[in-house]
Amino acid sequence: MTGSTDPWTMAIIIGLAGVTVLTRSFFFISSKPWKLPHWAQRGLQYAPIAALAAVIVPEIVMTQGQFISTWQDARLFAVAAGAAWFFWRQGAGQAVLGTIVAGMAVYLPLHLGLGW
Amino acid sequence: MFFLRSNYRHPEFRQGALDALAVAPGLAAWGLMTGVAMMNSGMSTAEALLMAVIVFAGSSQLAAIPLLTAGAPMWVILATGFCVNLRFVVFSAHMRPYVMHLPLWQRLVTGYLTTDLTYVLFTKRFPHHEGDAAQRRAQQAYLAGNCGVNWAAWVGCSVLGVVLANFIPTHWGLGLAGILALLGILCSLASSRLRVVSAGVAGAAAVVAFALPFKLNILVAIAAAVAMCLLLENTPLAHREQA
Repeated sequence: MTGSTDPWTMAIIIGLAGVTVLTRSFFFISSKPWKLPHWAQRGLQYAPIAALAAVIVPEIVMTQGQFISTWQDARLFAVAAGAAWFFWRQGAGQAVLGTIVAGMAVYLPLHLGLGW
Repeated sequence: MFFLRSNYRHPEFRQGALDALAVAPGLAAWGLMTGVAMMNSGMSTAEALLMAVIVFAGSSQLAAIPLLTAGAPMWVILATGFCVNLRFVVFSAHMRPYVMHLPLWQRLVTGYLTTDLTYVLFTKRFPHHEGDAAQRRAQQAYLAGNCGVNWAAWVGCSVLGVVLANFIPTHWGLGLAGILALLGILCSLASSRLRVVSAGVAGAAAVVAFALPFKLNILVAIAAAVAMCLLLENTPLAHREQA
């Protein structure tokens, strides 16, 4: 065990768990009948892939909040290798697992070996 | 949820678990690095363990850690967590028709356990919420299997990261495995032209809006992508649809 434990910090952490429940269940809480407008329902089918891209892209083309200025970045090659693997396997079988493994197999040597 | 017998005996439970297992290595590496980050920030072991076990939201944890160690007021930290989690409010609007037949406590547990990955995999497997009782049971079983594996992989590896923090070098960049897991799911969703447009618009918008506080760039990116796709729906670009 390290550090001193602060009860107030523990309370904040419990509060954060409450925030997780509140945000993830936000529209589950009220049971009043209510439906999304039709256009919103159609629009939501584009939301999952948008959310993923919004999380992924800044993580691979930015460093410390700045757009990267070099192509010698191991993350770019890892993502290219991962996506190439996925589409080569045409998404069959454990293609997602293969994406992770292929990406890391390219990333680790470039990152640790060449320092990219 | 996964502790309900009717769910884990259903064949869809296995399917949901398998789909989550394919991404689990990425999630595990990411959880591990989050555990390490908590310890390296100067949180005590008890604080880090509590956070690893109950908060179950990587991005809000990573946002809260520097604020906690800086001694920010509680409301600031909770408001930050809320804003970082705003995308889940959008997801809950989408998921609502799938869960409203459940009692409130089960809806809250379902919401709590439904991360980005589960939301994406679930709406991919069940694009339409209409269905009879058997279909609803299948949906709940899939959700339970998926959440169960997801939770175990994330929490297990976060705890491992807390415990092994001194032995895991952060400069290896193992957290990238989490991004690659998301990339694999993204590729599996790219089944129509408009979805590819959605990913492109969202990725670009998230970079452009990166300077916004509270990770609001993600919400801006989702809104921009959805709006763009709705505008393009009736144009020739959208023909040869639909996945």
